Amino acid sequence: MDIFLQQLINGLVLGSVYALVALGYTMVYGILELINFAHGEITMMGAMVALAVIGALALAAPGLPGVLVLGAGLAVAIPVCVALGLLIERVAYRPLRHAPRLAPLITAIGVSIILQNIAMLIWGKQYIPFPAILPQARHTVYGASITNVQIAILLLATGIMLTLILVVRKTRLGRAMRATAQSRQVASLMGVDVNRVIAATFAIGSALAAVAGVMVSAYYGLAHYYMGFLLGLKAFSAAVLGGIGNLAGAMLGGLLLGLIESFGAGYIGDLTGGFLGSNYQDVFAFFVLITVLVFRPSGLLGVRGGERA
Amino acid sequence: MKTLLSVNQLSVAYGGIHAVRELSLTVAPGEMVCLIGANGAGKTSTLKAVSGLLEPHGGSVHFEGRSITRRPAHEVARLGLTLVPEGRGVFPLMSVAENLMMGAYARCDRAGIAHDLDRVYTLLPRLTERRTQLAGLLSGGEQQMLALGRAMMARPRLLLLDEPSMGLAPLMVQAVFDIIRRIAADGVAVLLVEQNAHLALKTCAHGYVLENGAVTLAGPAAELSTNPAVRRAYLGE
Ligand SMILES: Nc1ncnc2c1ncn2[C@@H]1O[C@H](COP(=O)(O)OP(=O)(O)OP(=O)(O)O)[C@@H](O)[C@H]1O
Ligand SMILES: [Mg+2]
Repeated sequence: MDIFLQQLINGLVLGSVYALVALGYTMVYGILELINFAHGEITMMGAMVALAVIGALALAAPGLPGVLVLGAGLAVAIPVCVALGLLIERVAYRPLRHAPRLAPLITAIGVSIILQNIAMLIWGKQYIPFPAILPQARHTVYGASITNVQIAILLLATGIMLTLILVVRKTRLGRAMRATAQSRQVASLMGVDVNRVIAATFAIGSALAAVAGVMVSAYYGLAHYYMGFLLGLKAFSAAVLGGIGNLAGAMLGGLLLGLIESFGAGYIGDLTGGFLGSNYQDVFAFFVLITVLVFRPSGLLGVRGGERA
Repeated sequence: MKTLLSVNQLSVAYGGIHAVRELSLTVAPGEMVCLIGANGAGKTSTLKAVSGLLEPHGGSVHFEGRSITRRPAHEVARLGLTLVPEGRGVFPLMSVAENLMMGAYARCDRAGIAHDLDRVYTLLPRLTERRTQLAGLLSGGEQQMLALGRAMMARPRLLLLDEPSMGLAPLMVQAVFDIIRRIAADGVAVLLVEQNAHLALKTCAHGYVLENGAVTLAGPAAELSTNPAVRRAYLGE
């Protein structure tokens, strides 16, 4: 029972981070039908920038409360990632908007390699530890334990996702985003500045990625210039699992992937009689993904032909 | 006479193919003008170039005395020129009500928007019943009505209509044209593109005949409909 509950908690925490990153993939895909492969690297940049700020502050002002230091890290990482996302859209994707679809895809891969290398040049190849600024309190619930960091991740991620749903459903910008996703031409006939809406989509996705990057590094206690690759791949898979282009799908896909991974890691040893260990959790996640897609190619919540935002 | 829209020597090309050649036309405030022509004559291309969806190859477009040549579509729309595109262009995954609100996207006068919404629902009771339904699930005729209602929500001074009768049953065509006349009666100028030349000439005061991208005939609609060449080519005689 407590193992089950423990895996549930771990899975939900991990899954909500995946969901935040997956939302960035799915929003951009919904509007441009473009897979922004650089999105994982934006997440990595968020983690790296935040860690740089947090590390510097922890050294300069050791007495500062951890939450404040973390807040400062986020306050710098978010605008940096937003600027980066906007720059990438403007320089790498917009000029190719009418090019064959393979072109921006290849550019996206190029951009992600560039970002990895920039991060490696600035911060080096080593793992960067997350400074111990947060109170490491652990709470026990029915035999399972949950840390403050986990609670914070869950609350923050839930809050952000609810806000995003509200923005997309109820606000003028949200309506413009949905209209643009359904038809760029007709949206422009309504007076929607499509380029601004697309930029806003990249900005929102990048801000979510920054937050997710900080969450991951706080959760695992480290960051690395290559961390965006696997994280991005998993989040992209989560978006596909839920039905790419669909916001609720990205959230569902992210949570499911987190749960699958966590339960997979917890039980895979028992299931295979000790043949496979918990280090196979990634394989397990992708195995489930492939299985689902074989039976539902458009993803769990995707409509055939691709429902949008 | 003051002109609302004046198109001068407009040319549109796709790659090397000229779809519109040196087309000129004018629309006066509150006037109904039609542009008729066969498939591929360049009607849609003309409307797209006027509304900013396409960059013209040459020529100029002025709206209310201002040049809107090569202005992007969203800026043209905000000036009070609204295009209802070929095939209606409703947002299929939005409700009827949300589609109508998209029409008022560029406006911020809440009271005026509420007033116009009331008027659209009064004029188009079918939409009232289907307020919360997804636009993609409406019939073709209902979608055309929604597209017209949505255009009204922008409170335009010039409405460009691209084949509003396309694919509709005769009774529905009548209903759609009744609505168009009602909108025009409010003082909105209309530039109507139609293949149904008979209906277009009956509805409008002025007409232009387009062949292979160029205007071959122009004049009062009553004159055009008695012109032997027009009768032969477009009125099926
Ligand atoms: N995107 C495009 N690329 C290349 N050629 C095009 C394109 N759109 C239209 N054309 C060509 O331009 C010419 C005019 O097309 P247009 O759509 O303006 O005609 P139309 O009068 O609206 O015809 P219809 O009554 O069939 O709607 C046609 O020869 C068409 O093949
Ligand atoms: Mg046409």
